[in-house]
Amino acid sequence: MAKKGDWVQVHNIVLTPEERSASLPEDTKKHPLEMWVKGWLQEDAELGDEVEIITRTGRHTTGKLVKEAPYFEHNFGVLVPEVLKIGDMVREITFGGNE
Amino acid sequence: MMDNSYSAIMARKNEIIRNSVGMDYTKFELPGIGFDYEAMMAATGYTLEELQRVQALFSVGNTPLIELKNLTTLARKCAKPGFGARIFIKDEATNPSGSFKARRSCTSVYQAKKQGYKGVVTATSGNYGAAVACHAAMAGLKCIVVQECYDSRGVGQPEIIEKARKCEALGAEVVQLTVGPELFSTVLRLIEETGYFNASLYTPFGIAGVETLGYEIAQQFRSKIGKDPDVVVCTNAGGGNLTGTARGLRKANCNAKVIGASVNLTGLHMASDEQFNKKSFTTGHTGFGVPFSVNPDRSDVPRSAARPLRYMDRYVTVTQGSVFFITETLASLEGLEKGPAGNTALAAAFRLAQDMPEDQCIVVQETEYTGAGKHINPQLSFARQNGIDIHFGDPKDEIPGKSIILPSHPSLIQVTDVDLDHVRRSNIKAQVGAHKDELTDADIRYLMEETNSSEEFVRGVVASL
Repeated sequence: MAKKGDWVQVHNIVLTPEERSASLPEDTKKHPLEMWVKGWLQEDAELGDEVEIITRTGRHTTGKLVKEAPYFEHNFGVLVPEVLKIGDMVREITFGGNE
Repeated sequence: MMDNSYSAIMARKNEIIRNSVGMDYTKFELPGIGFDYEAMMAATGYTLEELQRVQALFSVGNTPLIELKNLTTLARKCAKPGFGARIFIKDEATNPSGSFKARRSCTSVYQAKKQGYKGVVTATSGNYGAAVACHAAMAGLKCIVVQECYDSRGVGQPEIIEKARKCEALGAEVVQLTVGPELFSTVLRLIEETGYFNASLYTPFGIAGVETLGYEIAQQFRSKIGKDPDVVVCTNAGGGNLTGTARGLRKANCNAKVIGASVNLTGLHMASDEQFNKKSFTTGHTGFGVPFSVNPDRSDVPRSAARPLRYMDRYVTVTQGSVFFITETLASLEGLEKGPAGNTALAAAFRLAQDMPEDQCIVVQETEYTGAGKHINPQLSFARQNGIDIHFGDPKDEIPGKSIILPSHPSLIQVTDVDLDHVRRSNIKAQVGAHKDELTDADIRYLMEETNSSEEFVRGVVASL
């Protein structure tokens, strides 16, 4: 249950597959064009409800409530040992080995 | 009630753009196929000195020029004796918002403020969004950034998600979409709804803003090194970086060769949902670089101010693995941790330097900020997660979308020349269209300027159409 005044994310279908541009590759054309926007929720609602939000620019817009309190989870990834090996290699060639 | 269907919005395109850029593009159109490019550039009303003053208001520009002495040493170890030009980099990541795009956005935002717009809208998944958000924050304007971010599974490119975070951190509203060029209609609808300025990447304001970068390079070389650079390498995508830099070099009377460099993503379709997350570069690649050279006016304004074919002396590609390799090398040898996409030109310069004598100078004209998602490690990690085969080997065996081959030795980094005459022919073909039999001498002169080629070449191509 999200409360009025919570920061949320809403989802919309902008174009259904039938409405999409004719010049798209087949793999893209079979999917709708989807859109996500964040804002302040205007009424209490459950996930999946059609709701109204006010965005950071003050725009009133609507959409299906898909996330409460959305936040960023991107990171620096898992270990890629090759990265360390590149560093060692170029230091060795540049500074090491000879005199 | 306004009809907001895709076709209805696209039908209102010209009117929406005219109202949102504050510029009537029709007045630059010439009889025949051409338009007056220099008149359009002059219509910004800003001289280079005025642009510098505007950028200074936003603390943009005057970025450090750094000589990469250790990278030069490494290049010389890969070159024949007496070869290996001095490599320099312009540290554009030190601009507020972290990239050269700051130069491009602050003139647009300044213009929007001056003309009384309440906010700005921009369509970009790249550093430009952060730049517009940054300057909108400084100018007290509202800002909406529209991104192509997710595939149909809802999986986002980490590099683009980081830029969404940065835009939000700077107070912007970020609208995120799945893959597809219809993003443009969403942008138009938002412009219409809000009445905001269209801070397109391709207006004369944006491109004129990059001229200060080329100009500064010439000035800094003259004062620090005592001569002009021999070669300037620009990462090339939509063409604005190269166009603005080359124009600035010319305004400084600097005759350095201008070389464009793109990451080779041949074989991957830019509008493909399945291939969207198989790319490890979301910009600086051939998927933008080649089509925008062939037809600059495919952008979101009637006539793009980014026209790279006019200025490019040579155009080369490098592999994804080579750019990742050089990005790590820049950190390991020079202590400069930067984002990979901006290092596309650096990978090219590392190889190009090896064909130049030791007393010559080659300069890479940008770096970009780095952070979570937008860094060699998360980008390689994400690629591996998406089934891309990553291993050491010879980068010439790399297949975009299938493998990323990290050079097993720096001497394996190569550049591949794009056949510029082929690009010029395609450009002429696209511009002439169905008007072959109506071309005037003025049209031929226009095509010569557009493709930086001779009358004989243009007439030969036209005759073959």
